[in-house]
Amino acid sequence: MFDSSFILRRLGSSAIAVAGVSILVFLLLHLIPGDPIDQLAGGEATPEQREELEKCMHLNEPLGTQFKIFLGTIADGSLGRQCPNPESKPTVMERILEKLPYTIELALGGMVVALLFALPLGILAAVKRGTWVDAAAAIVSLSGLSMHTAFMGPLALVIFFDKLSWLPGPAEADAPLALVLPSVVIGTHLMAMLARMTRSSLVEVLDNDYIRTARAKGLGERVVLLKHALRNALLPVITVAGLQFGSLLGGAIITEKIFERPGLGTLLLEGISERNYPVVQGTVLVIAISYVIVNTLVDLSYGFVDPRIRKGA
Amino acid sequence: MSLADRKLSPSAWIGIALMSLFLFLAIFGPWLAPYSVLHQDLDARFLGPSSKHWLGTDQHGIDTLSQVLHGTRIAAMISASVVSLCAVTGTMLGVIAGYYRGVVDEVIMRIVDILLAFPGILLNIAIVALVARPGIGTMVIALCVNGWVRYARLARGQVLAMRELEYVSAARAIGAKPSTVMFRHILPNMLSPIVVMMSLSFGGVIAVEASLSFLGLGPQLDYSWGSLLDQGTTFSWVTPRLALIPGIAIMLVVLGSNLLGDGLRDYYDPKGRR
Repeated sequence: MFDSSFILRRLGSSAIAVAGVSILVFLLLHLIPGDPIDQLAGGEATPEQREELEKCMHLNEPLGTQFKIFLGTIADGSLGRQCPNPESKPTVMERILEKLPYTIELALGGMVVALLFALPLGILAAVKRGTWVDAAAAIVSLSGLSMHTAFMGPLALVIFFDKLSWLPGPAEADAPLALVLPSVVIGTHLMAMLARMTRSSLVEVLDNDYIRTARAKGLGERVVLLKHALRNALLPVITVAGLQFGSLLGGAIITEKIFERPGLGTLLLEGISERNYPVVQGTVLVIAISYVIVNTLVDLSYGFVDPRIRKGA
Repeated sequence: MSLADRKLSPSAWIGIALMSLFLFLAIFGPWLAPYSVLHQDLDARFLGPSSKHWLGTDQHGIDTLSQVLHGTRIAAMISASVVSLCAVTGTMLGVIAGYYRGVVDEVIMRIVDILLAFPGILLNIAIVALVARPGIGTMVIALCVNGWVRYARLARGQVLAMRELEYVSAARAIGAKPSTVMFRHILPNMLSPIVVMMSLSFGGVIAVEASLSFLGLGPQLDYSWGSLLDQGTTFSWVTPRLALIPGIAIMLVVLGSNLLGDGLRDYYDPKGRR
């Protein structure tokens, strides 16, 4: 029987996380030293211009009122607008919704690449434990873990776009196959992590008594592996993969910059260079809240699959 | 098997070698550097590796080897400060949360949950981006804001497992102060997993610092590895060498840190990996 208190508990802690994230994002602008008006208006602004900006950004109001206004922009779904002359500009939410599909597409591509390579690599390494295959797999996953995205991306571009011309280059996000290189670049780190996990999880499962029993019954190695071992070994791997989906959203920032792809990452960097605080706050908030939502869903579905989790055992 | 009988794996030794080299170059690198990093020679732009310039020169004719060597010190300074600051803060908060439980625990762990709700480097980016002129200090603080939470979680878990042990109860029973119990009796027994985590996170810090510099948000130092990588990728159409060199430097340190961390973990807990 599914325990409804598990769902409530999990949803409760997610709600706290979302509330905390919103407060922190709001405070970011206020806790960090330096006057946002200085940054926005520059040195040459007249006192009148400064005052107008301050009014427009509500920085003259008490902190409590400012927080209410911030919550208001979340509640009405606009996430605010950039000052000065906010009426003439699109809302932050409009700008985010325009870019969001590109980032989701990239994160999904990265996830597919990661799983596609990690599972065979990890399984092979576990089955051939202690042989050169295992060692080779360990080298592949360690290099994947150690290679920096900002190093791998340009390298991949030089090889596959510049030299070989097999795949489209930067700033061609809508070209066919344009997703291939960015997905590989964003997915490599996760691939390496999951391959290591698959290996150690499968090695652990293969040492269990029930696997020995299955072999003793005379089952073939393929059946033992596919029907008995993998089912248990892959559960934690899939969970971690799910939990990491959110971090792919964060990791998209660098990949998007390298490939000059539109997306939440590029929008955040644009917001930063324009000193557009509502855009910075809005994108950070949207990425963090999506992360909380994805993690909650993964946790809940894991509870469905594995009864031990929801009983708190 | 006692600790003294155990051996470090060969890969752990590779990790130790890489990290020792990194440390050595961080200390002596700037003196070993053949040229000044301010020495521009516009007649010698984009030179390939030669006996005069072992790793070639960049777009201003500055010696690449000298830049990487100076960058090593910056990378080491940032990562060593971040790792030690995060480990000390996180461990203390974790020990306190686990020892006192109740409200203190609840508050600390809620903060941990909230900080963990930010994926990857997002929070670091947000902080560094909003500061007017980020220096090395800003970078260290930005990386520590959420860097301590993993240590806090780890330390709390260890304390929860340890606080009911007999020797801890005995210490309490003879009237030892809470601070004595926490830091004299419990802390020394949980150092090994913390050391493992420190070693593993060393490379992570360098990678995040490189990411921030790559995004143009780091300290405005032209020869930090991340900035070198950023400048190198701008010219990767001329020659991929300028991006390759700092990229490989980062990779070797991250690799060394991973190998050393994995090796130490197996050393302390030989049952962990088979």
